[in-house]
Amino acid sequence: MKIWKDFIKGLWEENPTFRLLIGMCPVLAVTNAAINGVAMGLATLFVLVCSSTIISLIKNLIPSKVRIPCYIVVIATFVTIADLVLAAYFPDIHAVLGLFVPLIVVNCLILGRAEAFASKNTVTRSFFDALGMGLGFTWALTFLSIIREVLGMGSIFGFRVLGEWFTPFLIFVLPPGAFITLGIIVGLMNTFTRKTA
Amino acid sequence: MEALLLFIGSVLVNNFVLARFLGICPFLGVSKKVETAFSMGIATTFVMTLSGVASWLIQNYILVPFGAERFLQYVAFILVIASLVQLVEMVIQKTSPALYQALGIFLPLITTNCAILGLALLIAIKQYSFIESIAFSFGAGAGFTLAITMMAGIREELQFADVPKPLQGAAITLIIAGLMSMAFMGFSGLIPM
Repeated sequence: MKIWKDFIKGLWEENPTFRLLIGMCPVLAVTNAAINGVAMGLATLFVLVCSSTIISLIKNLIPSKVRIPCYIVVIATFVTIADLVLAAYFPDIHAVLGLFVPLIVVNCLILGRAEAFASKNTVTRSFFDALGMGLGFTWALTFLSIIREVLGMGSIFGFRVLGEWFTPFLIFVLPPGAFITLGIIVGLMNTFTRKTA
Repeated sequence: MEALLLFIGSVLVNNFVLARFLGICPFLGVSKKVETAFSMGIATTFVMTLSGVASWLIQNYILVPFGAERFLQYVAFILVIASLVQLVEMVIQKTSPALYQALGIFLPLITTNCAILGLALLIAIKQYSFIESIAFSFGAGAGFTLAITMMAGIREELQFADVPKPLQGAAITLIIAGLMSMAFMGFSGLIPM
């Protein structure tokens, strides 16, 4: 039951993107098309799950004074793996995500889970916590990028869903659109949560 | 001349926060008061310029000659940045306690500011020369300071405004950032890129 709670909390209650507002840089930068959002979410999910599990395994070996550099080295190693795999099998997506793949290293979500959860809990619990948080992050990115792609280009995953009558609001795929869309979603989330609570 | 253009370009046209989405966390987190926002900006600019230079040296004198830039770059850069931040903190603490008081709490936070690592990687990708790297790093820091200070100024005024309840806090800050970003798009014709 506890494990289920660890898993489920990242999806809604403590959703990293819409509730905790951590790891925001990739959220805003890569969500201009749905496919980029999904790819970024999955890459982050992979790094988060692997590094949380490893850190939880070796937590008793790491001296507490140098723990942050140790975490960062573990995370950077998995990011390098993810980066090379993406470059080898999905070169197009890798080219679009560009700088933001290496920047997963400094995504505060990953270091935050390592410090706040994986360094204190068992391997199984850390794994499910990371899985939940990673999936929460992935759906948030997917959701945001679908909204932006529909409004900005009239398409989802590159397929046109809105007819010829629709003039795309180009602003939504440009930087200002990212800030404004996310701001409105966070506002809506607050409204819903307040009503159900 | 090239360097000057690069400086102005990274402050206004490709502003790190508003156009490249780097350094959003401190931009949202530490922009409640103008004074602290400005201190954060100065501290970040300082570390950015130093780490821009340091990562240029590492890239061109260690990683490239040994052919390790493909798979050791991220690990090397982040370690250099983390230790540089620590070093800067110790030096400031010894030499200028007043400055340390002002910047103190912000310094450790800077390690996980993605603008710093992003800057180091951008310098490596674009293969800037040494002088260009300095201009670019300093410009990026100045742009960050400009954006965060402006945001803090707006948020201070906002305290007296009647914001709808669900939008209070982060939501309205994001919307303001969107409007600022839109205004900064006006600079895009300033420099032929």
